[in-house]
Amino acid sequence: MIRVVLPTHLRTLAHVDGEVKLDVEGQATQRSVLDALEGRYPMLRGTIRDQVTHQRRAFVRFFACEQDLSHEPPDAPLPDAVAMGAEPFLVVGAMAGGG
Amino acid sequence: MSRVRVLVGTRKGAFVLTSDARRERWDISGPHFAGWEIYHLKGSPADPNRLYASQSSGWFGQQIQRSNDGGTTWEPVGNKFVYDGVPGTHQWYDGTPHPWEFARVWHLEPSLTDPDTVYAGVEDAALFRSIDGGQTWQELPGLRGHDSGPSWQPGAGGMCLHTIVLDPSDPARIFIAISAAGVFRTDDAGKTWRPANRGLRSEGIPDPNAEVGHCVHRIAMHRSRPGVLFMQKHWDVMRSDDAGESWHEVSGNLPTDFGFPIDVHAHEPDTIYVVPIKSDSEHYPPEGKLRVYRSRTGGHEWEALTKGLPQRDCYVNVLRDAMAVDSLDPCGVYFGTTGGQVYVSADAGDSWAPIVRDLPSVVSVEVQTLP
Repeated sequence: MIRVVLPTHLRTLAHVDGEVKLDVEGQATQRSVLDALEGRYPMLRGTIRDQVTHQRRAFVRFFACEQDLSHEPPDAPLPDAVAMGAEPFLVVGAMAGGG
Repeated sequence: MSRVRVLVGTRKGAFVLTSDARRERWDISGPHFAGWEIYHLKGSPADPNRLYASQSSGWFGQQIQRSNDGGTTWEPVGNKFVYDGVPGTHQWYDGTPHPWEFARVWHLEPSLTDPDTVYAGVEDAALFRSIDGGQTWQELPGLRGHDSGPSWQPGAGGMCLHTIVLDPSDPARIFIAISAAGVFRTDDAGKTWRPANRGLRSEGIPDPNAEVGHCVHRIAMHRSRPGVLFMQKHWDVMRSDDAGESWHEVSGNLPTDFGFPIDVHAHEPDTIYVVPIKSDSEHYPPEGKLRVYRSRTGGHEWEALTKGLPQRDCYVNVLRDAMAVDSLDPCGVYFGTTGGQVYVSADAGDSWAPIVRDLPSVVSVEVQTLP
């Protein structure tokens, strides 16, 4: 079981409170977690990564275990603590200013 | 008794303002989609409870929201906007080729007859259509595939398709406008398009009389007279009496002919409204006076409408999609400002009152007249 924390706007969009708990097939990677997330919440497609290329959107970041995993390859294994559900996988809207 | 429902898109959410036909006391609901930019929301003429909204964010991209109950509840529908085929390039600000990249939906135009059919004008400029209530979107690629496509350049706000006008007398005819390419018209329901900019003159482009490349801000039509179009261009207020085949200037005695919105009275096809803005480098009203100008003669002769509007120290702007008219009698006129005010005139512009004063910056205003 993987725990995912979404930013406020995406929790509102997906109508979820608190953490999302996902069962992920196979190894826990960014790709497998996001596939499972988007499978359960189709309205999140396109909000975290591009719908066609699956590239992470420019102002979205992935944190876990006090590390920035945003630039890790999408098929790299996530930390064991995330895979075991001890630590959440954080989807974060970057502090990028704006109006 | 009839009612009106005003749909307001702002930089930080959507608001729905409702009133009876007197248009004096208003209920405000919102913000819907709080914190997101709402470029536009609009109701279906065929089913007024069916609304569509364009919700976007620099962080999380584009969403389309749909309501089936007049804006009380909403559901996200399809947000996959993929250009048809290999997108190719248009010109960038510096004149170099730039790949077509989807940024956001600027304008949603529901079909006049089918609640499940809706058009979307997007940045980078293209026209999409959904025939399943917004669940899936397909590009009408003939527009972007026009021979001039690779030469289109963005305006200051991006290369956006911001205006979609459906001809009520001919379902196959659609007008669209792009900043900064100009007006295009299709007569075959979107398969093929041709520029409709003859008579426009823009000093800011290499050939002032070019067929394509004009920064058209907005076009408007009265449904009873679809061959007559009015245009607010970057500079100049223009009119066409032949469905866009040619245009002539009707700026007349306006204090400045720069501006963004233009609209037509619901019952008088020659009564039109604009909001003159000082210049393209100073996006606020001249002299700090917020004045709507009305022509009852289809242009040339304009009168300032000031009663109830601030006549000193006002430096807001009114954006291209932020004016609308209802179809009550007398006709109601509405506009929203970048300062967060939404004004109504229940007497065709003679006098104005704020409905709300302190919303986020207003991007779009639409109104529905309900039985």
